[in-house]
Amino acid sequence: MAKKISILIVDDEDSVRDSLYNWFMEDGYRVECAENAKKALIILESDTFDIILADIKMPGMDGLEMLRRIKLLKSDSIVIMMTAFATVDTAVQALKDGAFDYVTKPFDPDDLSHLIRNASKQIALVEENKTLKQKVVSLENVDDLIGKSEAMIKVLKDIESVAQSNSSVVITGESGTGKELVARAIHSNSPRKFFPLVSVHCGALTEGLLESELFGHEKGAFTGAMYNRKGRFEMADNGTIFLDEIATISTKMQIDLLRVLESKCFVRVGGNKEISSDFRVICATNKDLKSMVEKGTFREDLYYRLNVVNIYVPPLRERIEDIPLLVDYFIRKYCASMNKQAVTIDPVALKRIEEFSFPGNVRELENMIERAIVVGNGKKISLKDLPIDKTVISNSIESLEELEKIHIIQILNKYNWNISRTAKALKVDRVTLYNKISKYGFKPVD
Amino acid sequence: MDLHNIILISFGYFEEDFIQSIAETVIHEFNLPVNVREGHLDLSEFYDAGRRQYNGTKLLTEVDSLYALDGNKTLGLFSVDLFIPILTYIFGQAFLNGRSGIASFYRLSNERYGINTDNKLIHDRFQKEVVHELGHTFGLVHCYNSTCVMRASTYVEDIDQKTVNLCPRCRKEISSILI
Repeated sequence: MAKKISILIVDDEDSVRDSLYNWFMEDGYRVECAENAKKALIILESDTFDIILADIKMPGMDGLEMLRRIKLLKSDSIVIMMTAFATVDTAVQALKDGAFDYVTKPFDPDDLSHLIRNASKQIALVEENKTLKQKVVSLENVDDLIGKSEAMIKVLKDIESVAQSNSSVVITGESGTGKELVARAIHSNSPRKFFPLVSVHCGALTEGLLESELFGHEKGAFTGAMYNRKGRFEMADNGTIFLDEIATISTKMQIDLLRVLESKCFVRVGGNKEISSDFRVICATNKDLKSMVEKGTFREDLYYRLNVVNIYVPPLRERIEDIPLLVDYFIRKYCASMNKQAVTIDPVALKRIEEFSFPGNVRELENMIERAIVVGNGKKISLKDLPIDKTVISNSIESLEELEKIHIIQILNKYNWNISRTAKALKVDRVTLYNKISKYGFKPVD
Repeated sequence: MDLHNIILISFGYFEEDFIQSIAETVIHEFNLPVNVREGHLDLSEFYDAGRRQYNGTKLLTEVDSLYALDGNKTLGLFSVDLFIPILTYIFGQAFLNGRSGIASFYRLSNERYGINTDNKLIHDRFQKEVVHELGHTFGLVHCYNSTCVMRASTYVEDIDQKTVNLCPRCRKEISSILI
């Protein structure tokens, strides 16, 4: 059953209030009346109405002033202004101040019905929009940030605490740890989520190109600039700009950036018209900005302007317990994208992955799993599908027994458990090999 | 609710057959005895010279105070052009869940719209308007069912689209009130 529409009637004339009250009650609406603007505002402090029908000419505060105050209280209020003394000026002013419509008394019953119907449709659309937006938010949360380790839980908590504010954020962490994902998560959980998140990879561009990329340029600003171009700051208006590899920008760019961050105004390259843009800044770097400030290679004022909040994203080796979750995630991701049946991973292969140092972090792990699915037999990822160099052993392994165990299983898998060939490669006899298999509890992979 | 009768009071001239057929329709819809009476009001007191119409709100209040009785539903029948301050005209008005209402056939006539007279149509429209306003006195609000007599009508064409009958939902509501 549809929610009952509620209407507040604001008019100094008793007969108007009574007529409208009876009229709307017959439509089954919830109706209340106020004889002046002040009383109406008092009512609105503690109650909300879908539609406010208000006279313009009233003693004391007039309807237009009341409209402005109502809009300050609740900007999406539907306020219909009515008057017996219609002028173009007041109509225009009312609509400019945010009135939904403007009607002249007395009105045709059909016109009144249409007015309320249109307002009801608007209310329904706004509600539907809110519901849809909530659904969008639930799709763009932090699902891509996989992990149950203490370190990742901290990252998620940091995102949650910083998302709602407008504060600048610097995300630090090694390459491939997911800094951009963190930036996306911050943006998609912020009030700016319905506006763009504009990314700029500062490290990939020369100074000149970066300047044009950030500020835009006017036609003819330089050779090849055939048309005007909007810069990233402009594109990020009301949204967020993500500056990746912020530590790579030149000293001149640091000065320009500081100026823009402080004034939120800038000029396109080759232009002279000042443009303003309201954006939030998130930066990322794998460098130690504080050290760079101490060495004089990064401006201190810019550092403090950017680093209001710092989020550290740990390397994969500091959250080994997240590796199985990540592996499972990437297996599902790539099997789906390659239209393959879901594969599993051999426990030995998984163990090997957990022992690997991953200098490229999550990005390297993702690459590894994708490759394994492509080259694998389609059912189970095994050790032979992984490009992990057998000489690259995790620093965590110190005992000879562990080393022997790993080496034997690698060779067994390499030769598909052919005992003769494995023994020959290991330079031991078959009996010794069988003894080792029994000792370590090795079993062939299906 | 302990109701005895519905009273239809005519203010001005109405043909007897016209009133009787309306009474029969009301009996059928509300399953209550209907009394028909003549009423007398100096309508000039309710006339608005600026608008050249009669104030429906004031007429309703007057009918309610002079003619309405607890335990009955009273409907004043008029042939004059009615208005309420906020609207250009009304077909009728009633106190929602109250004792009385009013209805006029003035705006129901085809002649007002430059179309050939159709007495049967005026009769049908007026019956619907009477049942509609009485429905309000029983607490019924406007219905979304396109054929229900309680559907809101702002033009005579809207009245022609609906029937004179209450829809099952509205009828059920009336029945529960009358138990």
